[in-house]
Amino acid sequence: MQTVKMVVTGPFSSGKTSFIGSVSEIPVVRTERKITDHTRSLKEQTTVAMDFGRITIDKDLALYLFGTPGQKRFDFMWEILSEGMLGFVVLVDSARPETFREARRILDTFRSYSNTPFVIGANKQDDEDAWPPEDLKIALGLDQDTRVLPCVATDKESVRNILLELLYIILEQAPDEPTPSRKK
Amino acid sequence: MALKGNLKDVGLNQLLNLIYLAHKTGALTIQSDNGQGTARLYFKEGKLIQAMMDGQTSRLTDIMVKVGKLTPDQAAAIRARSKVDTDKELGLLMIQSGTLNQNDIVQGVKNYLLESVYQLFTWRSGMFRFDPNILPPEERITVAVSLDHLIMEGSRRVQEWEQLRDELPDLDVPLKFVERPDTNLRNINLSVEQWKVISFINAKNTIRQIANFLKVDEYQIRRIVYGLHKAGLVEVLQPATPMPTTPLPPPAPPPVGRSVLLRVIDRLRKI
Repeated sequence: MQTVKMVVTGPFSSGKTSFIGSVSEIPVVRTERKITDHTRSLKEQTTVAMDFGRITIDKDLALYLFGTPGQKRFDFMWEILSEGMLGFVVLVDSARPETFREARRILDTFRSYSNTPFVIGANKQDDEDAWPPEDLKIALGLDQDTRVLPCVATDKESVRNILLELLYIILEQAPDEPTPSRKK
Repeated sequence: MALKGNLKDVGLNQLLNLIYLAHKTGALTIQSDNGQGTARLYFKEGKLIQAMMDGQTSRLTDIMVKVGKLTPDQAAAIRARSKVDTDKELGLLMIQSGTLNQNDIVQGVKNYLLESVYQLFTWRSGMFRFDPNILPPEERITVAVSLDHLIMEGSRRVQEWEQLRDELPDLDVPLKFVERPDTNLRNINLSVEQWKVISFINAKNTIRQIANFLKVDEYQIRRIVYGLHKAGLVEVLQPATPMPTTPLPPPAPPPVGRSVLLRVIDRLRKI
C-alpha cells in the first residue's frame, strides 16, 4: 500500500491533536504524557513525541497525518517528522498572540527543511478573543500570497477544508496534469 | 471584535502596520507593564488622528504649549476667552488673536501626535487592546497622520534602541571617566542632559541610579551615555557577542504524482 503524509505543526496548545482527531478514521495514536513544567496550567497532557492519524483513500493508498510536539524542547523531532511530507499545516491559536512569534519561528524552521507547500490554520475562531485570519497574516509578517485560513480544530468540516486547500496548492505545483475544479 | 495582546509578543510596529495595511478605524489602548503609563491612540481608515496619554485628552492649548507654539500664559489667556472649550473654538481664538495661524496649529498637532507615538516605541511590554470603530471625543481636534513614515521612523528608533542595548546591555554598572581621553576636549560640545549625567558620575552611582535621579527613561540614558562613550569621555562595559546559528540544509521534496493527489482530494471531499 502506498502512503502519503502531511504534517500538522504549531506552537504548544495550538490544537494540533484536536485537528488530527477530527478527521482521522482511527483513534489518534497519541504519545502523550503528563506535563511537569509551568505549561501545565494550559493543558493537563500534551504531545511530547507525535500524534498519528490516518485516512484511507482507497485500497491502495492512505493519508497519514503527523502532529509535531508543540513544546520547544522536543523540536529535534520536527525534522524527522517532516521527511517525505507532501505539505504542512501550521496551526496558530488565534486568541493567544503571545504564541504568534513562536508560530512564525516554527514556520521558518519547517521552510528551512523543505520547500513543500503549507497553509496557516487560524485556529480557535470560535473564541471571542480570536484574531481574524487577515489580521493574523499581517501580525505574523506573512506574504500576501500565503493562505491563512479560519479554523476550528474540533470541527471536522473546518479541518477538511484546510487539508483540501493545502492539497489544491500542492496540486497546482505538481507537473503535467490539469487542475480539477474546487467543488466542496 | 477587539484585538488583544501584549507588546512583548506583538510589537508596536507590527500593530501599526496591521492598522495601516487593514485601513482600520478604532482605538488602540496600551497599558505599560513598567509604569510608563497608559496611551490611547485613535485611528481612522488606517491613519492616526488623535493620541491620549495617561487617560487625559489634551486640549488644543495644552498641545500647543507642549510643542512650544504657545507659552503657558498665552494658553491660559486663550482658555479664559473660551466659552464652550472645544478645540475648534480654541483654534479660532488662537487665529483671531494673531498668536498662531492654521498651519501652525496643524503642524503643532501633527508633531504632538508623532512624538506621543515615538515614545511608545520604547515600551517593551504592556497589554494592548484595539477596539474597532471607536473615535475620539468630538470636541477635540483630529489631524490625520499617515502611518507609513511613522512606522519607518519607529523602526529606525527601535533599531537604534536595540543597538544602544547591545552597546550598553547592563545599566546596573557605574561609569568612570577615561583617564586620558584621546580626544581634543576643546572640540566637544556637550548637551545639557550630558552635563547632568556627568555631574553624577562616580564609582557609587550606577547608570540606572543616574537615570532615576534625573528622571529619564532607559532609552534616553542609553543615548546620553553612548554619546559620552563615543566622545571618549567615559568607559562602559562591552557586551559579549552571541554565536551565530547555522541553518539546516533543505532535503529534497518527495515526488508525488498528480493522480495520487487527485485520489486524496476526492476522498477528502467525501469525509
